[in-house]
Amino acid sequence: MPKITGFNTVILENKPSIIGYAAAVGKKESEGPLGKYFDKTYTDEFCGEKTFEKAETHMQKTAIETAIKKAGLSKTDIQCAFAGDLLNQCIGSSFGMRDLKMPFAGLYGACSTMALSLALSGIFVDSGAAKNAVAAASSHFCSAERQYRYPLEYGGQRTPASQWTVTGAGCAVVSSKETDTSPKIEKVIIGSVRDLGITDPNNMGAAMAPVSVKLRPYPNKKGMVFLHK
Amino acid sequence: MVHNTTPKSPLLKDCIKAFIFGGGICCFGEVLKTLYGLTDLNEDEVKLAVSTTLIVMTAILTGAGVFDNIAKHAGAGTAVPITGFANSVVSPAVEFSTEGRILGTGAKMFNLAGPVIVYGCSSASLYGLIYYICDKM
Repeated sequence: MPKITGFNTVILENKPSIIGYAAAVGKKESEGPLGKYFDKTYTDEFCGEKTFEKAETHMQKTAIETAIKKAGLSKTDIQCAFAGDLLNQCIGSSFGMRDLKMPFAGLYGACSTMALSLALSGIFVDSGAAKNAVAAASSHFCSAERQYRYPLEYGGQRTPASQWTVTGAGCAVVSSKETDTSPKIEKVIIGSVRDLGITDPNNMGAAMAPVSVKLRPYPNKKGMVFLHK
Repeated sequence: MVHNTTPKSPLLKDCIKAFIFGGGICCFGEVLKTLYGLTDLNEDEVKLAVSTTLIVMTAILTGAGVFDNIAKHAGAGTAVPITGFANSVVSPAVEFSTEGRILGTGAKMFNLAGPVIVYGCSSASLYGLIYYICDKM
């Protein structure tokens, strides 16, 4: 059963395992240093679909199906799926789940969606609410660009600090099944929202920086880690 | 801290590029004006024809996916002249065409240019009013 320690650290006593994982990505990502590790790469930004949103759904579906297959399970073995994306009403995930027909909880955590879905899957599996759970997230450069910034053909300049939204989807299957080699989830911390008043929409890095360094007094092997300010 | 660590835009390089591209577009406009001047259009019609030509050219380049690649380098050089305005209307129109003719292209076309039109028309009316009052006095 999950147990709380410290302020909000959740210890997962049964240590749920990640028994399958997969990633489907776009062209730019496949050309990067991690290129050869991805399960599926698309050279076409539409992934054979009509719109960028459908392409994102397609990628997420591919990632989930591949991960479940790699875990040696089938769709009916999954008791709950946690997935999210950057689009309005999480349509990237929900339309994918319409076809996959799994019990589904939509998440919105922007860049933290994958961590959030893994955390919730871990807690679900550890508590016995699910034997196998799916954690997934996706984004698409073209659909995110128009959701948050300008149309693709708009002639604007990118600032040096502007980020490039990933075109890709990732999925992990979290299970109570014991395996020796698979990574395990031992602890989970849900973060709180921190706003340092960054108003530049092109500087997402600065807006997210406090989230990644901010820790409450957090117990580790050496004792307690404190972060001042 | 954010201000100090964020990488800066290369201002001088950007300014020079903007000057060259912007100046190039204006020179091209002058060339068009001279050419249209050779026809039997009067001066007002020539000015109109020059603007229209630039707008149509931008629209075609935007549709072909070329304009954003030029503007990436030109910056304000393409944004300030009439080409920037044309691009800001055509680019959402192209982008949202997947959402249908009415709710996509029609509704989203003035997404970016809308504020320009609203405040442009408002300030034009205001100045018109001031001009009218001053003229009567």
